[in-house]
Amino acid sequence: MAVIWRWFLKKKDKMANLSIDHWVRIKDGKIIADGEVIFASEADIASFLKAAFKFLNIKYPKFHKMDRLSKLGFIASETVMKEEAEISEDTALVFSNNSSSLASDQNYQESIKNFPSPSLFVYTLPNIVLGEISIRFGLKSENVFFIEDEFNAKLLIDYSAQLIESAKANKVLCAWLNLHNVEYDVFLWLSSESHKKEITEEQIRKIYDADYD
Amino acid sequence: MTDLHTELKASIIEQLNLEDMEVSDIENDEPLFGDGLGLDSIDALELIVLLEKDYGIKLTDPKKGREIFESINKMADFIEANRTK
Repeated sequence: MAVIWRWFLKKKDKMANLSIDHWVRIKDGKIIADGEVIFASEADIASFLKAAFKFLNIKYPKFHKMDRLSKLGFIASETVMKEEAEISEDTALVFSNNSSSLASDQNYQESIKNFPSPSLFVYTLPNIVLGEISIRFGLKSENVFFIEDEFNAKLLIDYSAQLIESAKANKVLCAWLNLHNVEYDVFLWLSSESHKKEITEEQIRKIYDADYD
Repeated sequence: MTDLHTELKASIIEQLNLEDMEVSDIENDEPLFGDGLGLDSIDALELIVLLEKDYGIKLTDPKKGREIFESINKMADFIEANRTK
């Protein structure tokens, strides 16, 4: 045990320092990008997603076919990635939530009563959103989707640092992307290696917990 | 636009779970696949199911789907000519 712990501490010392390039928060009918409310709507989730997509002003027909979890991930990643001059195909994806793909699982279960729906079935995994984002931005990178009890900044930071340190990615899109019934809670940020200022777990937590009016 | 055209658009929206689209968002001659509505091979399966369930048409040759599912107009023409219910 002591050997493993010493190995981890040694490894941790070598871990890359990460900074946040851009971030987005989507909750309670608002999209907040880098601290500024850029879109707000009091509509229900279906109308909110439709209006938010319209607000992004892009043509991407596949969006309309996605399940709500993927739509949230798409809108969040689009908001952050449009700030990037160039998107590297080595941008990794490290996502997490606590409701997995439950909403789509339930919809699919309902469809089984009549004709099982292939288009619902393909969204019955939480990591499908990672594929949708990869297709959108042409990413050919590492990706992972953790199911956690609650938002775990440390897990996302440590995993991202490890990916960058081991040269598996040069940037990492991290996210807490949760959808439970009609309640959505999204925090997504783009991390890259920093030789100056390191982002800390506390800072990430502070952005996640803040109220944005 | 006939009732069948409107009915088809509503069925596609429901069957393919295009929850944020409305009948008026789909043009009769717009391509359903690729750049148009953005449908893919999984959706083609749904459309085959829809033909059988709603119009009693069993598509035995999937290759025919490419032509039939080109647009709402093409689908409506095919249904009018082959429907059993």
